[in-house]
Amino acid sequence: MSRPARVGVLVFPGSLDDRDLARGLSLCGADVQMIWHKDARLPELDGIGVPGGFSYGDYLRCGAMARFSPVMRALLEFASGGRPVLGICNGFQILCEARLLPGALVRNAELRYVCQDVRIAVDDPGQMRSELAPGRELVMPVKHGEGAYVPDPEHKPRVAFRYVGGNPNGSTDDIAGVVNDAGNVLGLMPHPEHAVDPLLGSTDGARLLRSFLSACTATRDAR
Amino acid sequence: MKVRVLVSLKPGVLDAQGRAIEHALRDLGYAQVSGVRTGKQVVLDIDSRDPEAARALARELCEKLLANPVIEQYEILI
Repeated sequence: MSRPARVGVLVFPGSLDDRDLARGLSLCGADVQMIWHKDARLPELDGIGVPGGFSYGDYLRCGAMARFSPVMRALLEFASGGRPVLGICNGFQILCEARLLPGALVRNAELRYVCQDVRIAVDDPGQMRSELAPGRELVMPVKHGEGAYVPDPEHKPRVAFRYVGGNPNGSTDDIAGVVNDAGNVLGLMPHPEHAVDPLLGSTDGARLLRSFLSACTATRDAR
Repeated sequence: MKVRVLVSLKPGVLDAQGRAIEHALRDLGYAQVSGVRTGKQVVLDIDSRDPEAARALARELCEKLLANPVIEQYEILI
């Protein structure tokens, strides 16, 4: 058996789902390392998770300040090498602000913070497809105030997931997550790391995390 | 030199806050008001005597950090 995927989880001031993501990835078999946002150099990694929370307090705009952290330059380099990156909630916002993913996230249409389980359907998850066949539905929670996805008019996104049975935030075309053109950077608003234990009502998140880890080991083994 | 930057969502991007304000104004009886858009103002004190240099710097700051050009527009007032 090949060695487990070595995944870094970035930690910004205000990240609050970093430990949950690390735990979820560990449960799915990863060897996880926390990476402080001031670290300009990354250790040898097979994949990177950008967790949810409120990086830099979300002052100005969600993710706008995190984009300039020293670790982000290393992340850009890592992603441009084709290695897998998974951004969740605030991590998704950060990846959009950093232009690793097209589009942007704006205030929820109803102006309310939403915290609820949602259903999403898989469309095109890029490299993270081992357990995510197109059309498959997953249940996991969302918790955000600025989760309405707006595409960049000059860059049509590859849609990874769409909300089904209700759009919690008014995002364009029910988009819940997108993947970059190369297929190695995935961002989504729902939280897979909060859906890895039957106690929490769903283990569908583990399916996504395992798909991410499969992409990590596959790209490592291909190098 | 004081420079004011007004950042707002581009036309066409749903401004949920602006819409809520518009609804509230309608409820208060101001039916003649429509097209409410919100935004934020950022005031900068730029160490420069040259308005054009200050404007150029403000534009750079907007492109880099103060606005997200994908969804937002900005206006620089000197």
